[in-house]
Parts: sequence; C-alpha cells; structure tokens
Amino acid sequence: MRWIRRNLVVIAGLLTLAYMIVPNIVVMVFSFNKPNGRFNYAWQRFSLDAWKDPCGVADLCGSLTLSLQIAAWATLGATVLGTMIAFALVRYRFRARGAINSLIFLPMAMPEVVMAASLLTLFLNMGAELGFWTVLIAHIMFCLSFVVTAVKARVMSMDPRLEEAARDLYAGPAQTFVRVTLPIAAPGIAAGALLAFALSFDDFIITNFNAGSTVTFPMFVWGSAQRGTPVQINVIGTAMFVIAVLVVVAGQIVTSRRKKAATS
Amino acid sequence: MTDTNTGGDVRLTGISKTYGSFTAVHPLDLTVPQGSFFALLGASGCGKTTTLRMIAGLEEPTTGTVFLGDKDVTDLPPYKRPVNTVFQSYALFPHLDIYENIAFGLRRRGVKSVKKQVGDMLDLVQLGDKAKHKPHQLSGGQQQRVAVARALINHPQVLLLDEPLGALDLKLRRQMQLELKRIQTEVGITFVHVTHDQEEAMTMADQVAVMNGGRVEQLGAPADLYENPRTTFVANFLGTSNLIEAEVVETGGTDLVVTAGGGKLSLPADRCSAAVRTGGKVLVGVRPEKISLAHADDAGKIAEGRNRVTGRIVDSSFIGVSTQYVVNSPAGAELQVYEQNIERDTRLAPGAEVVLHWNPAHTFGLDATQDIDAGVETVEDAS
Amino acid sequence: MTITEAPPAADLPVRKGSTRKRLVPYWLLLPGIIWLVVFFALPMVYQASTSVQTGSLEQGFEVTWHFQTYWDAFREYWPQFVRSLLYAGTATLLCLLLGYPLAYVIAFKAGRWRNLLLVLVIAPFFTSFLIRTLAWKTILADGGPVVDVLNTLHVLDVTSWIGWTEGDRVLATPMAVVCGLTYNFLPFMILPLYTSLERIDGRLHEAARDLYASPTTTFRKVTFPLSMPGVVSGTLLTFIPASGDYVNAELLGSTDTKMVGNVIQSQFLRVLDYPTAAALSFILMAIVLIMVTVYIRRAGTEDLV
Repeated sequence: MRWIRRNLVVIAGLLTLAYMIVPNIVVMVFSFNKPNGRFNYAWQRFSLDAWKDPCGVADLCGSLTLSLQIAAWATLGATVLGTMIAFALVRYRFRARGAINSLIFLPMAMPEVVMAASLLTLFLNMGAELGFWTVLIAHIMFCLSFVVTAVKARVMSMDPRLEEAARDLYAGPAQTFVRVTLPIAAPGIAAGALLAFALSFDDFIITNFNAGSTVTFPMFVWGSAQRGTPVQINVIGTAMFVIAVLVVVAGQIVTSRRKKAATS
Repeated sequence: MTDTNTGGDVRLTGISKTYGSFTAVHPLDLTVPQGSFFALLGASGCGKTTTLRMIAGLEEPTTGTVFLGDKDVTDLPPYKRPVNTVFQSYALFPHLDIYENIAFGLRRRGVKSVKKQVGDMLDLVQLGDKAKHKPHQLSGGQQQRVAVARALINHPQVLLLDEPLGALDLKLRRQMQLELKRIQTEVGITFVHVTHDQEEAMTMADQVAVMNGGRVEQLGAPADLYENPRTTFVANFLGTSNLIEAEVVETGGTDLVVTAGGGKLSLPADRCSAAVRTGGKVLVGVRPEKISLAHADDAGKIAEGRNRVTGRIVDSSFIGVSTQYVVNSPAGAELQVYEQNIERDTRLAPGAEVVLHWNPAHTFGLDATQDIDAGVETVEDAS
Repeated sequence: MTITEAPPAADLPVRKGSTRKRLVPYWLLLPGIIWLVVFFALPMVYQASTSVQTGSLEQGFEVTWHFQTYWDAFREYWPQFVRSLLYAGTATLLCLLLGYPLAYVIAFKAGRWRNLLLVLVIAPFFTSFLIRTLAWKTILADGGPVVDVLNTLHVLDVTSWIGWTEGDRVLATPMAVVCGLTYNFLPFMILPLYTSLERIDGRLHEAARDLYASPTTTFRKVTFPLSMPGVVSGTLLTFIPASGDYVNAELLGSTDTKMVGNVIQSQFLRVLDYPTAAALSFILMAIVLIMVTVYIRRAGTEDLV
C-alpha cells in the first residue's frame, strides 16, 4: 500500500500512457480481422487477407498517394515561408511587428472549423475550383504559423555572434547563410517541417470543407465510417505507425552512436 | 615592433555611432600605431565594443571614416577587411569541429591546402590532439585558444579582441594574459583589445584609451594614466584615488598651495590639469599606496615638507602583502591608505588618531567641477 | 598617437545605412504574410459579409445587412453551442488531470526511459486520428469489456443518472464524445506541460524541501506555479480545437450530442445555407476569442506571477 502511495504519480502517468496507446493496439489487432459485413468494429477471426492486398479497396491507395503529395508540397511551402518569417521576426527591426505577430498567432487560436468555413466562402466567392490546389493553399496557411513558432524558438537561441564571426572570417552573406546559419538552425527547421507534414497529412476538417470532390486519405476514412470500414484502413494505419516508430528508433540509435564516437 | 611600416595603423577620424536618440560613441579621432597592443578600457555601455565593431565592420559608423594604413575601409563589409576578431564568449561554430573552425577563414578565401597551416596553428595553441573535437567538448581556456587561432591563421593586419578573457576564472585569466601578450610579441601584428578590467588593460597593453559615456576620457601608457589621471573618472576607474576638495591659496610658483579641512597641502603646479586661481576650488588627489600612516603620538617624527592630514582610523583590513585602512578626516571622509606589511604598528587599529603624510610630488590636481565619485562603483563591478 | 574630440556631429556628413539592407525584413516577411492575409484574414472578411447576406442558392446571395441571421442562428442552435463549450471544457480539464502526471513522470521520474516515453506519447500521431477515433467504437462497444467493467463497478449507474450515459451504453452518449475529445487532444496538453516542467531546475525542489516544504507543498508552491506557462498553452491548444471539433461527435456520438461544428459543417456542405453557417462560425469564433483573451489575461496577471 505504501509502495502504491509513493509511486502514485508514476502509476497515474502510466495509466494515461495506456489510454493513449490502447487505440493504436486495437487498430493493429483489427488489421488482422476478417469482419462479417461492411464494418470492422467487432472481432471475428484472424486473417492476413488485408495485409496481402492493402490496395484492394477502390480509391484507398490513390487517396493515400494524394495525401502524401499534398503533405510534401505543403511542408515545403510552409517551411520556406515560415522560416523566412521566423528569421525576420528574430533578427530584424521593422514596423507593425505587433500586427504581424497577431496575424501569425491567430490561426493557431482559431477553431479549425472557422478557418475552414471562411476559406470556403473565399473560394466560393472567387469562383475557384475546389480540389488539389485549394487544399494545398489551405494546408500551407495553417501549417505556416506552426513552422514560424518552431523555427523562431531555435533562431532565438542562436548566438548572432556566430554569423558575425563567419562574416569576420571572410564568408560573404550567401556563404554565411549556407555554412553557418542554416546548419545551426537546421534542427528547428526540421522540427517545423516535421510538424507541418504531420498536420497536413492528418488534417480532416479544413480539407473536408475545401477539397470539393478530391478525396484525401483522412477523407477516405471519414467516408468509409459512413459506408463501411475496410480492414485495409487498419493495415495502412498500422504500417505507418510501425514505419514511423522504426525511423525514430533508428534515428535515436544513430545519434547515440555518434555521441559515443565523439566522446571516445 | 620596430616595424615602421604603417600598413597596420588603424586610424579613426570623426567616427561616431548613434542609435536613434542614443549616442553610443561621440565623434572621436584615434590612431592605433602598427604593431602596438592597444586597449580600450571602460565600463559596460561606454562605447568601447561599438568602437571595436566599427573597426571590424560589424557596425556601420553614423559619421566618420575608418582607415587601415592609408586605405579607407569604411564601406567594406567585414568579410572584405583584413581584420579578424576574437569574439566575446568566442562564437565558435558549434556544428564544426576544432579543425574546421580554425580552417574556416582560409577555406572561405579559397585556400586549397589548409592542412599544414591548421596543423601549425593547432600546435601554436597546443591543441593538436583536439582537432576532431567539437567546441562544447573543450574547456573555457581551450575554447579561448581556438578562437585566437581561428582569427590569427588569416594573418590579419589587425586583431580585435572583444573581452577575450571575460569568461575565464581569475587564475586562467592571468595565464592567458601572458599568453596573449607572448603571441602578440611573436606575430607582431596590431592588437586592439576591449576590456572592462583595468588590471588586464594595464598588464597587457602598451597604450590604453579609457572610455566613458561614448567618449575617450584619456589616452596614454598604463603608468602615465595611473600616475597622472586628468579626470576624476580615470582617477577612480584605474585603481583607487583619494580625492579631497580644496581651496587654492597660492599660485604662481612651481608648487600650488591649497587648504583642505584646515590644513595646508601643496602639489606640483604641472601636475594639476585644472585651470586654477587663488580662492578657486580644486580636487587634490593622492593614491592610497603613496600615503604613510603615523600614530598621532609620533606626529613630531614626520619629516618637514610632507603633506599632512590628521584623522581617525574607522576600519582596517589585512590583505596579506598590505593592510588597508579607512581613515575619516576633516579634509575628507573615508580616505584609503595601503600600508606595506613590513613593520606593523599595533597601535594602528580602528579608533586610533593618526596622521597621513606623503610626498607633495605624488599629489595631483583635478578640475573641481567634475563628479568626485565618477567611475567609483564600476571598479567594483569590474574586479 | 593622437586623440582629439572631433567637431560636433552636425558638421560631419552622416552616413546613410543602405536602403537595401533596411528592406531585408520586409522581403523576408512579404510572401508568408501575403499568404496569411489572403488565405486567413481576407476569408474572415468574406465570411463576415456572407453572414449578413440573404438569398438562396438558386437566385444568388446579396448583402442586405441582415443581422437577424445571427439572432436566428443563435436561438436555434444554442444547445449545440452550450454542448460544444461544455464538452470542450470537460475534455480540457480531463486532459490536464490525465496529462499532468504523465508529463511530470517524463520530466522528473523517467531517467533513461525519458526518450522512449516521449516517443510513445508522439507515436499515436503517426496513425491517422480518424482511424484511431474509429478504434474507440470497438473499445466502447456495447457489451464490450470496458462497458462490462464500468457496469460491474456501477459507474454507469452514476453517469447515466447525471445524463452522461444511457442505460448500459457508452457509445453514442456524451461520455463517448468527451472520451474521444480527451483522447484526441491529450498530446497537445502533455507536450507543452512537459516542455515547461523540463525547464524547471531540479535544485529548486531540493531548495523547497530544505526550506521545510513537504512534497505536496513543494508541488503546490514551486512546481505547479513554474509550470503555468505549459498549463496555459496546453489548455489553449486543447480547448480551442476541441470547441470546434465535429469528428468525435459524429463518429462516437448521436444526434443528441451534436456540437456546433457539426451544425456549421452540415449548413455549409449539405444544407448550403451559407449565411447561417457563416453567422454560426462567427459566433463560435467570437466566443472562443473572448474566452481565450480573458483566460490569458487572468493567467498572465495573477496566476503566472
């Protein structure tokens, strides 16, 4: 009993962790299910059918490819624009700083459905055709603020004397940027890009409003929740989870090896 | 150092820097001769770093011109100036190892084979075995040496040092002071050194410019500045001075005679930087170590012709090589006296009545319109 | 060696900083800010104008300054507004209660397990949140193990008495929706909490203990106040998206648990009554912005000190 009291915080923390992980385990287990009927909510029997044929459902893999494409372009756009803004905010003095700061903060302080609806009114008023481009525009818009925040944090902790030192040591503006600024800001930019990719890839609400008849992967899942959930959804979800965890673990191993090599 | 070539002269003419309504550096002319070790000394915010940065090209002057030798470099960006800087807290590139940090400048100028030069440099600063380490794996002193090596490898005409020893502890700082002085003598290039540490400036530099409030207060060799301060700021900032407010009673001779606290004091007229007239005010200064202390009972034994001030000891502290006394006197409160610990008079304890006496030649005079405490607190900050 | 005070600045030619250099920040800001103005700020203006239009899809809409739409929309859908704020508020509180211990454990107790735990917190993100939300349909299914356990412990009796569940069901009740919201936004609570907890110097705990504070007092007087920035940003990052969410209400709830997001979505995409949808969206935005501002003010001036 005393042991429980002393470790109460740890127990509570681990219970929360379980709460967060259990759905992933369910998704994984049910990727081996062979459901009766259209919905994959109740366990019937073990089967590898879905794993053998992950693209066996119409439009599934097409929507996945589309989502990856949009996420890649949105990441690129938001990272470039966001990094530029972050540098301007940290490194320079200019007018209307307050207004610009709120313009960057507001998209993060706005319920997604509000942004989604207002963007749709803009596109409807302009007579824009909803599809790939409107989704991409929307994704860059809402990822931008998050990239700015991530990069800004890193740039703020950068010593401006490092760039002065580079200029003092015969590196021109371009060389200074490529040889010193970029490598040092890289972790912040990478974090921003990763966040943008995740946000874009997994976005549903804004996409749902502005995609027209284009179907991204989250929209496919949404649609299937109404029409019937194919097991392949769980296969894709599980595969992405496993791949991502493997990448993270591999990254961890590489960095810890490097650290060891550097200190020895 | 005997080189008469003026290629390494740094000449600033009418140079100033203002940020909005704040003037960091008032227009000043300054020449640093080739091959000298020159210190810009002052408290933080006095404009010394801004001056240095204008020489480096990291700051654009509001007015004025920067010459290197005969060449006007005012409009050259830092990467086109034959000047290198050792930055405060070093600014070593954290993503590059020591070897690449040192090779950085050579590579940017397109030097193909850097291996030999970098190797020589690593040997010079005794870090040959650390070439593949990252900066954060080095101690403060080692990082400092890398910063010096990274700048020196480019053979600049002028090396600028911005508080290069500020981050080191006292013992290491002493060691690095001598080390830097040795390197400067060896390579013979002009060093311009910014520091707030008056001891560091006096130990290392041939010439010291004392800066205050964006102006150069006084410039000269360390001993000259110490012995003949021309302003209260210099008198208080460099070491400690006893400044006594006095009234002039006699001018004209080689000596000035003044009265303070009822007693007469005299000082050489040529050591008074203020314009004086009979009945006017003047500040009389004397360094604590020039003063001898006698117990009031021994007042008769003091030789004729010395300046005397009576007072009472209010505090004494034993420092080892010396004992420092604080004496209150009618002439001035809290006079400082440093006595060598040779023969200690046990009667000299707090409460004792004493006579302070010193050679009139060691007295200097300053303009009485100045703030008598200018530069006082900053000395404590610096040490 | 010379040192002279040069003539006053007025006589000297003042060097001008180059115009090109002064424009650099504006060039850096321009593309991104234009993007935000055109695709974030301008849409708000369009939405504002849409909300005061009347007309129909067939005949087209026209600005008639018909503010009545706001009143009508609010009168008709106020239960959904109340529900949204209630669900989002409850989910935020649950996120804080559940997330704080985990963030605390990762920051102070995890030791060499810290990175692993962080990966486990972030890992669920890698599976699309819609798939994971659908998994709750399985977990909370009628007659499933979770419902059985809650039933045996008589928890469901209590929750159905206060109207959170209905009989033996959890799915399609407010509890399921809140459960889903809490689950979906937990990482947004945990990560800021962890960031601000991790910054706390461990010696502060020792200092507090040295100064006669019990572990509880240490937490109350030292740890928690210092983690306030994390609490503030965590609650904002949870509450704001939760208040506009309609995915959880749609997938895990019933027609009785519809939130305002569901209404906006169906008005915009199915009913095509744009003025009402725009007005609803504006009311939601106003409510959230006012609440957030008041909250930041309060947290900023009193609790953050």
